Amino acid sequence: MRTWFPYPLLSLGLLIIWMLLNQSVAPGTIVMGTILGVSLAWVTLKLTPARSHPRRILLMLRFGASVFVDVIRSNIAVALVILRAGRRAPNSGFLTVDIDIEDENALALLACIMTATPGTAWLEYDRGRKSLLFHVLDMENEEVWINTVKRYEAGLKEMFA
Amino acid sequence: MTVLAIIWSILAAQIMIGLAMAFALYRMIKGPRAQDRILGLDTLYINAMLMLLTFGIRTANSIYFESALIVALIGFVSSIAFGKFLMRGEVIE
Amino acid sequence: MSHLTDLPTWAAVIVCGLVLLGAAIALVGSLGLLRLPDFYTRLHAPTLATSGGVILICTASMVCFAVLQNRWVFHEVLIIVFVIMTTPVTLMLLGQAALYRDRVEERRGVPLKQKPLPVETPEDGKE
Repeated sequence: MRTWFPYPLLSLGLLIIWMLLNQSVAPGTIVMGTILGVSLAWVTLKLTPARSHPRRILLMLRFGASVFVDVIRSNIAVALVILRAGRRAPNSGFLTVDIDIEDENALALLACIMTATPGTAWLEYDRGRKSLLFHVLDMENEEVWINTVKRYEAGLKEMFA
Repeated sequence: MTVLAIIWSILAAQIMIGLAMAFALYRMIKGPRAQDRILGLDTLYINAMLMLLTFGIRTANSIYFESALIVALIGFVSSIAFGKFLMRGEVIE
Repeated sequence: MSHLTDLPTWAAVIVCGLVLLGAAIALVGSLGLLRLPDFYTRLHAPTLATSGGVILICTASMVCFAVLQNRWVFHEVLIIVFVIMTTPVTLMLLGQAALYRDRVEERRGVPLKQKPLPVETPEDGKE
């Protein structure tokens, strides 16, 4: 099974993208999409991406919902900072946090979440020291940001355990 | 009445996005350093994509969707290439 | 403008609201690019346009086409997913490039690179 379908989720995602692009669920589209999905998954075999096994769908949904709420809240906060930037400059700065995640995909997900949230930007992760350097736009109190990152870390660890 | 309201609000949205594009263009031309210029270019193409989507709503033509998708794809690749170039001085190592 | 007359009032209100709000968020994001003082703070501004503006305007487009064509239209989801997945990668790469260049030029106010931990090799002690 694994030799024929090395990455079933990737193949399924490509099939869905193909169907969305064609805007049809006709049999011909599904056949073409399946062929494309499976053959492109073989192409990815050469890249040998790191495998990880995220579990607990319910946990993932709850994590996604909390991230979504955070994104909305920080969108509003950053918009306010920008609108006030003419009068007072935002007190931005660099922070370092110790992050202990081994799984590469979990690290990538954490990086994407932190950069997609306005207000925090991922800059550098030191594998040897397991410390993360990131930039914060509005540093009212450092504790809040560090706690946010720690919360994401705990959630990701639980999911990718 | 409804048509008038929707046309005017889409026009207002297009003016706002146009202003946003102008700001990004200013940062791209003025930008003190190379990374500022690339950030401006990145914002410029995202705003251009939003502009195409509003044109699509206004004319109810789905061809604008396709061009918006292509703008998003090519803009991403170009920004990545520029970023890589800034870091190493070469795009493909 | 014949097609837009087919749009019922409730859909028109939703589309107007979403488009105007999305455009305003994109405008604020670009304004941040204009007004914020240095590169690292400007790095936060475009995420406003991508996470807020793209989602709202794509949703407006979906609602408009779904009501007009009287069927479910989902292909704008592709743009949302694609932009949300790619912008963090671009911004991360730009941030790293800026950090690298600032360190090479030895600018002030930029955190220095920490020294790598000494690697413990098994050959140690034999020599």
